Amino acid sequence: MNKEILLQLKGMNAGYGGLRILHDVNIQVDEGEVVAIMGPNGAGKSTVLKTFFGMTEIQSGSVKWRDKKIDPVPHEVVRMGVSYVPQGRRVFRYLTVEENLEIGAYVVKDKKEVRRRIEEVMDIFPDLKAKRKEKSVNLSGGQQQMLAIARGLMTDPHILLLDEPTLGLSPKLVKTVFAKIKEINERRNMAVVIVEHNLKSLLGIVDRAYVLDHGKVVIEDTAESLASSDALERVFLGTYNKRK
Amino acid sequence: MDYIMHLSVLVGVYAILGLSLNLVVGYSGLLSLAHAAFYGVGAYGSAILMKDFGFSFLSAVVLSVLITMAVGVLIGLVLSKFDGDYYALASLGFSVIAFGVFLNWRDLTNGAFGIFGIPKPEIFGYKFLAGEPYAFLVLLAVIFTFLICYFVVNSSFGRVLKAIREDEKALQVFGYKTTLYKLAVFVISAGLAGFAGTLYGSYISFIDPGGFDDLVSVNLIVVVILGGLASLNGSLLGAAFFVLLPELLRFVGMPDSITGQMRQMIYGLGLIALMMYRPQGILGKFRL
Repeated sequence: MNKEILLQLKGMNAGYGGLRILHDVNIQVDEGEVVAIMGPNGAGKSTVLKTFFGMTEIQSGSVKWRDKKIDPVPHEVVRMGVSYVPQGRRVFRYLTVEENLEIGAYVVKDKKEVRRRIEEVMDIFPDLKAKRKEKSVNLSGGQQQMLAIARGLMTDPHILLLDEPTLGLSPKLVKTVFAKIKEINERRNMAVVIVEHNLKSLLGIVDRAYVLDHGKVVIEDTAESLASSDALERVFLGTYNKRK
Repeated sequence: MDYIMHLSVLVGVYAILGLSLNLVVGYSGLLSLAHAAFYGVGAYGSAILMKDFGFSFLSAVVLSVLITMAVGVLIGLVLSKFDGDYYALASLGFSVIAFGVFLNWRDLTNGAFGIFGIPKPEIFGYKFLAGEPYAFLVLLAVIFTFLICYFVVNSSFGRVLKAIREDEKALQVFGYKTTLYKLAVFVISAGLAGFAGTLYGSYISFIDPGGFDDLVSVNLIVVVILGGLASLNGSLLGAAFFVLLPELLRFVGMPDSITGQMRQMIYGLGLIALMMYRPQGILGKFRL
């Protein structure tokens, strides 16, 4: 069965303040799939997510949502069903866990529905349930990351964009975060796009991956194929184009 | 007794100014130095309405607060284009402009000579003269302002303000138009500062531009930081400290010739020490 294409960048050239970061980038995310965007520092991975979310300057190319061209603006993209969890957790430290979740549900106007969704995400993240009235400044790094992801789920999005969700976490916590992401994807049939630096373990939970280098997509492949080749290492070593 | 009542009224006026400014500086993280402008617009507004146009105290208060809020919308719209240090500098610019208007629009404000003989408030036939009656009126005004601020900071709107203070960009990710929130709290705060201005003008019976210059804006920031950022009780305490501490220093027994200067110095040193050891203020929950 063919899955519907949810989000697409076509021939995208984008950046900030006249500086071009992405060069002719083509990326698509299908309904219910988990896609990784990988690459070395400065490859433009986070810029891809920000472009989906309308936080960059699009110089040429298009963003499509369900095959319809859109002009992405954050508050409209959220309402369409896209949720973005920015790099560095960025939870509101002096608000409680519950207040953080309520903030994440801005586009949901029915208060009962907000309460229901809070309970729903608390079921996914039981650690947060126990600390619901605590200020998030008191949570551990891993719990803050869980909170950031949980907050991103409050709008019940069709697609979740995660920017380096494991940054600064111990290997054990990285595993837990990845397991939670896969659980969310399967429970809700929610598409997930994960930007990560260079974690082969990520390939265990994704369907497909794009590898970026200097703002260009240099590899687009299935997770299995990428995991069994040395292409990813070669991109990081800067030898990929030479031996391709 | 009159002296104590006089100080109580001043503490009350500064408490209203501190509470209202704390909404913007403490709860929303916007370092505004424009507060004296709104304080002045409220004071001049009600003085002119009562003296030149014969308005009653209550209608003059309501109208001046509305005028102050309208000015707040204009200034807030411009300030919404700035953040951080630039916000503070731009807001200071408005304070300077307002002072210039109070000083130079002589037909309206009587310039440097100020406005004399501002009537005392009369509500339902009862005249609030200086002393206990006026202190009681100001106490009611402080309670009213406190309740408004309490409602604002404990509502979902207040939660968004606190989130703006922490990370405005992260908040926009959830679809919030943060500019509107910042404008709304700025206008509420401006209106309350205007309210304080109306009470001050009627109490002193005389206002001139010197009472609303940029130094007043700086002093009000001191009130907020001294008492505590993001703490309503802190604003009350800050106002009390700000007004009463210099008064207490009158009684330490220094020679008259240096009392004034020493008072300022001790007060300044106290503030520096506070900033070094407790930068969030006495009851503060947040530091700039």
